[in-house]
Amino acid sequence: MLTILFWAFSVLMLAAAIAVVVFRNPVNSAMSLVLSFLALAALFITLDAFFIGIIQVLVYAGAVMVLFLFIIMLLDLKAETRRRLNIAALAGGLAVLGGFAVLITQIIKSLPSSTDHFPTLARTGYSDGYEIGMTLFTDFNLPFQIIGVLLLVSTVGVVTLSRRSLR
Amino acid sequence: MPTLGDYLLVSGLLFSIGLAGVLLRRNLLIIFMSLELMLNAANLSLVAFARHSVTAFGLPDYNAQVLVFFIITVAAAEVAVGLAIIVALYRLRQTTHVEDLNGMKF
Repeated sequence: MLTILFWAFSVLMLAAAIAVVVFRNPVNSAMSLVLSFLALAALFITLDAFFIGIIQVLVYAGAVMVLFLFIIMLLDLKAETRRRLNIAALAGGLAVLGGFAVLITQIIKSLPSSTDHFPTLARTGYSDGYEIGMTLFTDFNLPFQIIGVLLLVSTVGVVTLSRRSLR
Repeated sequence: MPTLGDYLLVSGLLFSIGLAGVLLRRNLLIIFMSLELMLNAANLSLVAFARHSVTAFGLPDYNAQVLVFFIITVAAAEVAVGLAIIVALYRLRQTTHVEDLNGMKF
């Protein structure tokens, strides 16, 4: 059952990712990106990472994609769809990428632990979110605070960048 | 049951698709979306390795999942700043096509 779900969500995620690259209209690409992120959240849940899966849906499929769609609607991008493709550059790029994908596949095949099945987890009384919270607020307390400062800086930066009088 | 190699294979293919988007597309917004795909491929391989290296208590390696949490946070900040830069650029030049933006070309 888990195998069927894994392959179904993997194929869905990869197909949606290909659709992001192939579609000419940015709105269609953004919608495919939402589908890809949702399938990726399902893959996280098959790996018993429930907290990361929920965060993936909330932050990526929610906040980030709303931001993308908002910007796409704001900039009227209709004129971009009628550019012609350079066939030679396309063929060269696809050849390089095919080589890259084959290289990654070969490296993963030669990894000694690549055929390992995942070990079974112990049943503790604590949830996934509890364990991540304990790790985050004890071992990674300083990086957590620094991330807070980073978010503040990026908020101020976005406000400064989007002022009308920027020259 | 899917193995560690299956997850890494899917992650590598997702990274390749994202790289294809960065190399082949000429629209800044699509390039940005492909960057997000590549970040997510890295997250998937991190979570798979976390599930693979189970600790002595029989739990997955939560350090890696906290790293994924930080990556998602930094990616959200990056998207906000990057889209603000794209909007400012569009106001100045009225285009998001990378071949029209060659003002810094040597």
